Amino acid sequence: MILRATEPPLATTTPAPVTSRRRGRRRAEVGRESRAGWLFLGPNILLLGIFVIVPLLWAIVISFQSTNGFGAGDFVGSANYERLAGDPLFWRSAANTLLFTAIVTPLSMAGGLGAAVLFNSVLPARGVFRSILIVPMAISGVATALIGVLIFNENSGVLNDLLGFVGLPNVNWQSGGASAFVSVILVTLWWRVGFNMLIYLAGLQGIGPELYEAAELDGAGAWGRFRHVTVPLLGPSTFFLLILNVIYSFQVFDIVFVMTGGGPQNATSVLVTYAYNTGFVTRDQGYAAAIGVVLLLVTFVFTAVRWSTSRSRDHVE
Amino acid sequence: MVTTTSVNGNTRATRARHRPARSAGPRSRRGSRVGLIARIAGAVAISIVVLFPLYWMLVVAFSPRSELLGGTLRLWPRSFTFENFDRVVAGFPVATWFGNSVAISTTVAVLTVLVNLLGGYALAQLRFRGSSVVFLIALTTLMIPVQVIMVPLFRLVTNLGLYGSYWAVILPSAASAFGLFLARQFILSIPRDLIEAARIDGASHLRVFTSIVLPLSKPLIAVLFFMTLLQSWNDFAWPLIALKQNELFTLPIGLLYLQGQFGSDFGATMAFALINVIPMVVLFLVFQRFFVQGFARSGLK
Repeated sequence: MILRATEPPLATTTPAPVTSRRRGRRRAEVGRESRAGWLFLGPNILLLGIFVIVPLLWAIVISFQSTNGFGAGDFVGSANYERLAGDPLFWRSAANTLLFTAIVTPLSMAGGLGAAVLFNSVLPARGVFRSILIVPMAISGVATALIGVLIFNENSGVLNDLLGFVGLPNVNWQSGGASAFVSVILVTLWWRVGFNMLIYLAGLQGIGPELYEAAELDGAGAWGRFRHVTVPLLGPSTFFLLILNVIYSFQVFDIVFVMTGGGPQNATSVLVTYAYNTGFVTRDQGYAAAIGVVLLLVTFVFTAVRWSTSRSRDHVE
Repeated sequence: MVTTTSVNGNTRATRARHRPARSAGPRSRRGSRVGLIARIAGAVAISIVVLFPLYWMLVVAFSPRSELLGGTLRLWPRSFTFENFDRVVAGFPVATWFGNSVAISTTVAVLTVLVNLLGGYALAQLRFRGSSVVFLIALTTLMIPVQVIMVPLFRLVTNLGLYGSYWAVILPSAASAFGLFLARQFILSIPRDLIEAARIDGASHLRVFTSIVLPLSKPLIAVLFFMTLLQSWNDFAWPLIALKQNELFTLPIGLLYLQGQFGSDFGATMAFALINVIPMVVLFLVFQRFFVQGFARSGLK
């Protein structure tokens, strides 16, 4: 995993004792190895450099500019960032992003954990159930969001029909701000829980049966075994998933953009949809870049804090 | 090597929990039967929630338009028709869009496999100053969403003369450190002795790569290929910006465009959504092993 903090011992093979005659050849070999290394990495460095690093630095520069369409901008110092501070739509989008993250992250992780434990227990056709839960992972965000629109449609959606059938009142999934927010979250969970299950399932399969046997001999019930064996031993998976889910939620785009477009009345506007609309609809590119830079800073800070405060990260593979 | 994180694999933990239940008295056997029934009920309920939206997509895609307008709840189709598909194919260049998606996603996947296998070999098996810094920077780029860099990336792609071609999507999509990370980790597990022995026999690094690393990396190639294919097939944010001409659209962009044109014609929208979704779902189920391993080791969608 990306979060590997400890290197496998492979990298620490010590070179055999070298005689002075062989030292020259050894040095030539080191030079060749270094040249080969850069050559092999070349295409990768080129791609990442041109299409990620350069645009990133450029984005930081643009965020200090006032731009008009796609032409060259004028430097305006920190004006874009000052404008952010007083922009209610920015704060609305930031609050929505945080709320979305605070709901989606724990729910998708808890759902994933529950499904993983259930589908790792004695169960007929377990493999089929597991496969079913991960099918949404193969479906594009746009298609997922449009299925969401189909289901949550206020007038002809099947969900309101179902609610009516069991005697519940219809919900204004599209015109109500809070309901629209809930619908986006539900669709996201449908799309994401399978992934969380997969990671937890991989973690569960690494827990030795003797631990459960020992816990059972010590008188632990099912809940006790879950609480004191499963949960702590899944720590690395939890750490990994927490970071990935938070990063995903901070950057949520496809589902929101297609399902609600940030509406109604900006009730589901998140930072990334706001940045997109600012950059490519109203074409205020300097300001859009500033929103992006803020988003990136928050992501980096969260990851760094989580990383340095975690005790279980060393076990993450 | 890639560990087998199989969706269908039997796990030790399960067998362990099974054993005491079998040897216990009749009372706890009854208890475990109740537990089993509860678990099956839970699994079925979850499956229904997951499958229903997909089932509903099928129903709507194959139902005549008039059927969908009634306000009454009907959970199964009364008649079956292809008219939604006819309407979609008549109104939009579906075949072109499908071809675009195939061309772009396979090119991205092939390019990604090639570039990252080379880079992964360098990071895993070659020791040289600066490699760990490169790796760290590459990993950091994984946190950068395309929306942060979309404005300058769009200008860059335009200045490079790529705008208006497939490459405007292909090259930025291939620039992802995820594959590099996956390849490095896999190639680390190839014994260094093997490579050093070949070196001592006079093989060049390129020769070592083609005759030792490549043949041993088949599982990695499969995982990386399918993961990238899936991601690129479903990619939305960047193609939305980079593909403005109708004839260059990929399926997800075409799907959004079609929905914009057809509005609340859900039959047509779902018919086209199916065209977008079916190929990947089939691939996903057939080659599930590779996808599952890819996701389990990465987590990056």
